[in-house]
Amino acid sequence: MSNILHIVVCAGIVPDPLQTLEPVSGPAGPGLKNEMVLPAVLDPWAASALYEAAALAAKNPGSKLWLVSLGPKAKLQQVMMTVAQKVAFELVPIDGPIGGFPDAHSTAAVLAETIAALPGLDKTKLLLFGGWESATRGAGVTLQLVGERLSITDQFQGVDQISLSDDGSFEVLERVEGGKHQVSGCAGAPAVLGWATGNLAEPRNNPQVGMANMRTIMPALAKAKVAKLDANGLSYVSVALPKQQRETRVVKDMTPDQIAAELVEWIGAE
Amino acid sequence: MEKILVLTHADETGSALTKASLEAVSAGMDLAARLSTPLTIGIIAADSAKAASAVAATGARLLAVSGEAFAQALYASDAAAAEALQRAANATIVLAPGTSRFTRIMAGVAHRLGGFIDTHITALSGANSVEASRWFYRQRIEAIISRGVRPWFMLLDTGTHTAYAGAVGTAQVEQIAVELPALRTTVRGFRAPEQGQQTIRPDAKMLLVAGAGWTKKQPDGQIHAAEAGKLILGFLSATGASLGSSKSLVDQGGEGEPVLPFLTHMNQIGQTGSTPRHAKGLSTCCHGEEPHVVGWRFIGSRRAISLDPNCGWTRGKADVVYVADAFPVMAKVNALLEAGKS
Repeated sequence: MSNILHIVVCAGIVPDPLQTLEPVSGPAGPGLKNEMVLPAVLDPWAASALYEAAALAAKNPGSKLWLVSLGPKAKLQQVMMTVAQKVAFELVPIDGPIGGFPDAHSTAAVLAETIAALPGLDKTKLLLFGGWESATRGAGVTLQLVGERLSITDQFQGVDQISLSDDGSFEVLERVEGGKHQVSGCAGAPAVLGWATGNLAEPRNNPQVGMANMRTIMPALAKAKVAKLDANGLSYVSVALPKQQRETRVVKDMTPDQIAAELVEWIGAE
Repeated sequence: MEKILVLTHADETGSALTKASLEAVSAGMDLAARLSTPLTIGIIAADSAKAASAVAATGARLLAVSGEAFAQALYASDAAAAEALQRAANATIVLAPGTSRFTRIMAGVAHRLGGFIDTHITALSGANSVEASRWFYRQRIEAIISRGVRPWFMLLDTGTHTAYAGAVGTAQVEQIAVELPALRTTVRGFRAPEQGQQTIRPDAKMLLVAGAGWTKKQPDGQIHAAEAGKLILGFLSATGASLGSSKSLVDQGGEGEPVLPFLTHMNQIGQTGSTPRHAKGLSTCCHGEEPHVVGWRFIGSRRAISLDPNCGWTRGKADVVYVADAFPVMAKVNALLEAGKS
């Protein structure tokens, strides 16, 4: 027996991890140099959440999957050209600022308001997915705040696995200290799951899925509502790159035995 | 005037505060002393009287939520407990350890109380105000922030403060009653990674980083994944080190390439993994930016074994780079460590 789920994935866009980042100050606060021209990708842990959500929706026919994303419209469109080829979803774009420096509480308020207004969303079937932390702010609080605003009090963070039972209940594996998972059982939706890596590989690009998605993505982007984020009293005293540059000693002329002896001495040193 | 609350919780015994909680107590005591303001400590534990004995000598007001319902880490019960403690303390600044138990709930608690939260705080500073340091973009950019609104919740990264270690004594604890909502979730237990041997040791002095080079073809044209696994596990066994991995090595499992069976995504360090804190780090067969820039951010002394003398990511990031094949070096290191033990 399958369960009909309404899965909403919250996912931001982040600079490609291979890009060099340099902070700059602007009238609206700190940002990244050339932020709008840096290549962007879907936030890695949120991407895991999207792939897990799609797999869960596919196993439970009749389920629906929304991807809610806040970012500059032009960047969202660029990222969706790739993401749309991975799995089927309905994009709910919000045209807003990019980056890790805006306040998480404001972001959560906009996301919660958007999710609450999704046409056809049944909150009793809602699984709210996202990454447990972003690769920008990395605070790990936005999803929780969205959940609280939607009155969802079954929340899980650092999730690597969900196993759904026929009766709608599910078991969740959450990362805890010491490389272990906490295993919890939940009566069922609604719930919030902040995903870590999960167990699924990144799906291969499927042009047919991409074409089907883009039919709804482009009109959605055209209609994206504009969001302005409040600072909520958050101010930046300084924003800088770390200065530590080490003097690296490059050793090219030692035998394995000599290297090993030096390493063992180093390992044993206090 | 600021009022400071430090929220703490017990470990799996239910009657002793976690090390991370005691670190938060230290941070709270320092801040309270600097601001000349009173300190309150809130405790969530099955047996809070026992747990409170570790902080009896702080002189702080002690509040607690106690009982079996709070022995396990659940969002609904933990959030209700933390909310009740802050309502009783009515603090303007709330500090808490960044443990999995508190990172799960504290943003929700802040929202319920009309407050705001910042996480991964590594230091508290400021002359006449409170300022907090934290990293952005996965440990690539460091910022000092402040908040002009209260209550301000801050989750402190573990390992950034010294754990409080005052005299153990009998503490006067005010018990706070909590009305729990209907609980829909139960904790069933804990599970270690399926691959068996636990290789993630947050309290270890050393981190060994394994890169994808371990499962690439060696000079004889063959892949020696089994031997690589043996060498890595041998080193972990001899040193008690924790094991980190590059993303590329962990991902190989899903791509049908040779794998080290004891590695999981939980070992991954870097952009999509963890940024652990250890005194020393040794990277082996690793040629990427991620482990060296992001994953190593909080490693004290760093050395690398790499075949690439021009690896740009180790230059400026490691203290020493040995240009060598890690297989014979690590075999010899393990032999020397074993000989030293015997």
